[in-house]
Amino acid sequence: FSLRIMNTRQQSKLIYSWYGKPLNSDRKLRTFQYKGILITSESTKTEACIQLGDFILVEGVNADQPYVAQLMDLYENGAQDKRAVVQWFCRLEEIPQNKRKLLKREISAQEVFFDQVLGYDTDIAAETIIKSIMVLPLHLGEELPIITLNKEQTFYVRQSWDGKCFKVLSPDTFSKLKEANKKRGVITNSSKAFIPSDILTPVKREMGSVVRSATKSKNHDMEIESKHSTSKSSLARERHSQRVANSDIKTPTARKKLELNSPTRSKGRLLGCEVLGLLDDDCDSIAPLEPSATKRKVKFTSEILGSPPKIPCSNDKSRSTPETAEERQRFSETMQFSPYTKVRDFSEKDKNLHEKDDNISLVGYQKRSSQIPVLTPRSRRTCAQKTSALIAEQISMLDQEDFQSDSDSSYSSSSEEEEDDDMPCTPEKKTKSSRIFSTPKSSRKSAVHTPAKTPKKTPLQGTPRTPRTPRNATPEIPRRIQAAQEPASVLEEARLRLHVSAIPESLPCREEEFQDIYNFVESKLIDGTGGCMYISGVPGTGKTATVHEVIRCLQQAAEDEELPPFQFVEINGMKLTDPHQAYVQILEFLTGQKVTAAHAAVLLAKLFSTPGPKRKTTVLVVDELDLLWTRKQNVMYNLFDWPTQKHSKLIILAIANTMDLPERIMMNRVASRLGLTRMSFQPYTYKQLQQIVSSRLKGVKAFEEDAVQLVSRKVAALSGDARRCLDICRRATEICEFARQNRTPEIVRMAHVTEAIDEMFSSPYVNAIRNASLHEQIFLKAILAEFRRAGVEEATVQQIYHHFVALCRVEGLQSPTVSEIMAICSRLGACRLLLVEATNKYLHMRVRLNLSQDDVLYALREE
Amino acid sequence: MRPTTRPSSARAPASLREPRIQPMKPSAVSKRKLKESSAESAESISQVQKILRERFCHHCAAGKLFGMEQQYRHLLELLKRTTVHGESNSALIIGPRGSGKTTLLNHVLKDLREMKQVRENLLEVHLNGKAPVQSDVQKGKKLCKAGKGGKFLVGEKDNCQLFMRNPFLSGLLQTNDKVALKEITRQLQLENVVGDKVFGSFAENLAFLLEALRKGDRTSSCPILFVLDEFDLFVHHKNQTLLYNLFDISQSAQTPVTVIGLTCRQDILELLEKRVKSRFSHRQIYLMNSFDFKQYIKIFKKQLSLPDEFPDESFAQKWNNNVQHLSEDKTVQDVLQKLFHHTKDLRSLHLLLMLAGSAVTVHHPLLTAADLQEASRQHSTDCKANIVHGLSVLEICLIIAMKHLNEVYDGEPFNFQMVYNEFQKFIQRKAHSMYNFEKPVVMKAFEHLLQLELVQPLERPSVRAQREYLLMKLLLDSSQIMEALQVYPNCPTDVKQWAASSLSWL
Repeated sequence: FSLRIMNTRQQSKLIYSWYGKPLNSDRKLRTFQYKGILITSESTKTEACIQLGDFILVEGVNADQPYVAQLMDLYENGAQDKRAVVQWFCRLEEIPQNKRKLLKREISAQEVFFDQVLGYDTDIAAETIIKSIMVLPLHLGEELPIITLNKEQTFYVRQSWDGKCFKVLSPDTFSKLKEANKKRGVITNSSKAFIPSDILTPVKREMGSVVRSATKSKNHDMEIESKHSTSKSSLARERHSQRVANSDIKTPTARKKLELNSPTRSKGRLLGCEVLGLLDDDCDSIAPLEPSATKRKVKFTSEILGSPPKIPCSNDKSRSTPETAEERQRFSETMQFSPYTKVRDFSEKDKNLHEKDDNISLVGYQKRSSQIPVLTPRSRRTCAQKTSALIAEQISMLDQEDFQSDSDSSYSSSSEEEEDDDMPCTPEKKTKSSRIFSTPKSSRKSAVHTPAKTPKKTPLQGTPRTPRTPRNATPEIPRRIQAAQEPASVLEEARLRLHVSAIPESLPCREEEFQDIYNFVESKLIDGTGGCMYISGVPGTGKTATVHEVIRCLQQAAEDEELPPFQFVEINGMKLTDPHQAYVQILEFLTGQKVTAAHAAVLLAKLFSTPGPKRKTTVLVVDELDLLWTRKQNVMYNLFDWPTQKHSKLIILAIANTMDLPERIMMNRVASRLGLTRMSFQPYTYKQLQQIVSSRLKGVKAFEEDAVQLVSRKVAALSGDARRCLDICRRATEICEFARQNRTPEIVRMAHVTEAIDEMFSSPYVNAIRNASLHEQIFLKAILAEFRRAGVEEATVQQIYHHFVALCRVEGLQSPTVSEIMAICSRLGACRLLLVEATNKYLHMRVRLNLSQDDVLYALREE
Repeated sequence: MRPTTRPSSARAPASLREPRIQPMKPSAVSKRKLKESSAESAESISQVQKILRERFCHHCAAGKLFGMEQQYRHLLELLKRTTVHGESNSALIIGPRGSGKTTLLNHVLKDLREMKQVRENLLEVHLNGKAPVQSDVQKGKKLCKAGKGGKFLVGEKDNCQLFMRNPFLSGLLQTNDKVALKEITRQLQLENVVGDKVFGSFAENLAFLLEALRKGDRTSSCPILFVLDEFDLFVHHKNQTLLYNLFDISQSAQTPVTVIGLTCRQDILELLEKRVKSRFSHRQIYLMNSFDFKQYIKIFKKQLSLPDEFPDESFAQKWNNNVQHLSEDKTVQDVLQKLFHHTKDLRSLHLLLMLAGSAVTVHHPLLTAADLQEASRQHSTDCKANIVHGLSVLEICLIIAMKHLNEVYDGEPFNFQMVYNEFQKFIQRKAHSMYNFEKPVVMKAFEHLLQLELVQPLERPSVRAQREYLLMKLLLDSSQIMEALQVYPNCPTDVKQWAASSLSWL
């Protein structure tokens, strides 16, 4: 594991260079088009060539989920940037959750969709290309070809996705994709003829990276062992950072899965399937020689899978021996035979076969292959013949080539890779896909490398999504046994509706603000740019509610295809334990990774500063912004700096209470980045509050008009906090319920509302003083007397005590002891009627009133 | 009071007896003596003592409610709505110490459980928490009491009852949000979700809990009652994160929660941060001890009289008649009046009755007015003056000297040298009975006063400062000194005279 990390570091530097001479150039635009690009890893001296029409992986937001695309054009623009034009394919994870249902079938992780969504940037930087892969077009009814190896590198496309619905690939597209496969083979051949580097690549690579080859061979040894998931994930990352095709590292897992899934599979049968796969693929093309040879090798490993593990290993290692060649010959013979029998079988069994068979078994294959003859015009028989010829050819090729590799394991991997790089579109691909002999589930498993998965990316149906780490465990409050009672009376109904948590259909009185925010975000979304907006307002003025409403509307619009899709992330300063946790939460929302705050900051900065070709715009709502304040303000700085970056596509809606927060607490550079798009939510006026309450109570006659008005006026005068208003109304319904004696329905009247208001707003002090004991009251009087005497609003207990004794004498009471006085003092202090010092000062403890003298006088005078 | 049925609660008073053993001692001794004479009477007496002890020490769980019917109804309705309708709420119970906040809440919860049990048996299935272990609560309480300001991390009660989960947090135990969150997770029994893995960080814990609570909704999730004892201490947590989140949940469509805070601070709302305040529903239930003296007498009677289920009926009859007589007695009423004027807090009434009740023995089976008077005297003694009683004459002389200094310099601080000089003046001019002690001896006496905290230095003594010149303050009032001298045994007359006037030697 550590070795690999070292590798990652070593190989992190990649050089992209053009392959061949410019095809044509545009003088005016000063662009040069090329037919291919070479990716050279400096440290390992490996090269990979990617050419037009190849299918490629492009760096995505998440290291584990690179995008799939087809390379359409390569050019160098005036600024000498290497650019590539691509046709996107989208993975299931990229399709919104709610749309996935439209598919009505299970999608394997290897399936991608021909992307017809408009608005994705198809012009990408060539440096984001990771490596080439295979994408095979399939007809809708077709089963996934079986691929035992290299699952990572092979994808299928059955349908296209235009952002709204899935469509079957048009014949045009289908043939184009097929064409690409075909063409690719040719190109590879030709390229091989021109530059031997393609063939030499494996050798070079091996020389370059001794360490790696060691790892690799180890991998091969481990073929039958299960691999630890963490190492898998690290592998995934490694690959990502390397940008080097490193395909077979993952195969062990796939193989292991395979064995687990179909332990009873016999070798012979497997061979049959394989050949069928081959037949299928080869039916319409002549396979190129070299790549097919390498591929064939891989095929062998897969064949071996069914047999005891020891043998394949040895087989792998002693590949260059003539004995193995013989063996192959034998296999190919079997292959020749099997198709016929199979086909026969199928025609009989066809009817009995189940529609769905997600366990990969022979049945699945049979079904598939039995269907294929119907779909493809060519006859099985000719295909089979062709294949057998082809295989013979390949074997001879292979024997010639074998001298090139010292270590078989590394050779096989590199050849595989080579194959990926150079010829993803040849019909061989299908054979290859048939090699990946695994269930959709297992393939998914192998694709899911890291425990850190985006929450939005739900796994395929049927994939058991067990929490990988305890951290991901999602806790749940137990359900209640008894269903919650529904409101029975008008008052209960009203109370339910008046609860702050009840979400009204519309937000009255915030239409303007709503529109402003909506327009802001909408325009940014359409432009595909970033921006900040600062929203301020005292608590309870509907800031967060309005923003949520805006987001809801925008999401609706995005769903209806009126707007480009976007991601919505919300963080709340109050719900963070530390400002830096903001990074962690944002990153978790966006990519599902769980990392430390410092690392998250780095990743986010990278994410927002580099051009993510397919990245959606992110709408980030930062609630309670002021709590993200740190001494250096780097959290706020970063938050507001990202939207200003060219490629960030980040829209920030920052919410806080104070209007002048940017001026007050932010440094100039932070405030400047926040910009001047500000909005302030004014406290609600009484009319607005009235409207809010009555809109919630629409259709429920629970309140007198005047009562609502009274509440609204009272609240508007105090704070304009809508929550308060609703709470008072809710309390009033309770009081009304208490008050009504008989069961007659009653509505909330002025008296109830007044009582509720008094309950909530009356100062508790006066009541507390009135209910205090006699000596406590005398003590307060003594304090007042002492204050008056000294002219200072502070006195020691000793001073007060003297007054106290005098007052007691006047009242004719026995004066209490000093201990009792101290007790009284601390009691009043605990209620915070008084502010007192620490008690250890005893008589010299200083005392202050926590309310005005007038209040005390008023409270005492009443009696 | 009826005997408790739960074994756990029967154990509780036993564990509680320890701190209260001091006042009980005489009765315990006499009880032993009496075993020979009259077993039956002794039995009754011990029964009485047990009942009274439970009533006065164990006031939270079993105490009766006095003068808070309205508050009771309010709280009951509030919690009922939470359980029945799944309505989220928040409320504060505010009242001075000893006004019965916890008693009220416990009563409401108890009644609510009973009501539910009667009405809906189905809900009982939901009882997935362990039954509340009474002794645990008591332990917690005791620690609370013993260590105000002390920081304990003791498991609090897990009050998971049939329908409602009930995290009980105390500001004295959960001293910061991190501890509080852990405690909530534990009490909600969510920690099993995470396995035995300890939470990585505070942030994760918070996210975890919020996630858990966000998932629920009004109609299907089990309502949660959060009880925050010593609510004012939670206010001082950083950013008031816990309160914000709890109140935020109570104001949003998530798992129904009710947050009940108990506090004695009247200014609690001013302490809440504006956002937290806005989210708080502003329901305040005030407990004010708003009864008058007549009710106080009634409470006194009720607290002292024996229940009908008392085994020895004739004794109960006699006891209750006696209590009735006592309540009409003038001296008893004076005693009670004095206490009532002093404080309306029922806890001090309990303490008074506890002191008086400990005088009950087999020889002295019924309470008398004198017992109450004695208890009242004990209850209201001045502790500092009591200390003065035990001082030596030299120490008394020093205190008198300080008193004179205070009078002369109007409360300005003094040092040992000044006190010594004052004392020397007295010795040389006036004292005939006093022996002229050497300075180190006087110094020793002075230090003793310092240890008794009758004298307090103004600042911490530094290494370099000479002890003689450290500035001090006297922590006694002159009236206290004079009173103490009145009762001081064998006080020399010249000292008494000197105490009365600093100029008496002229």
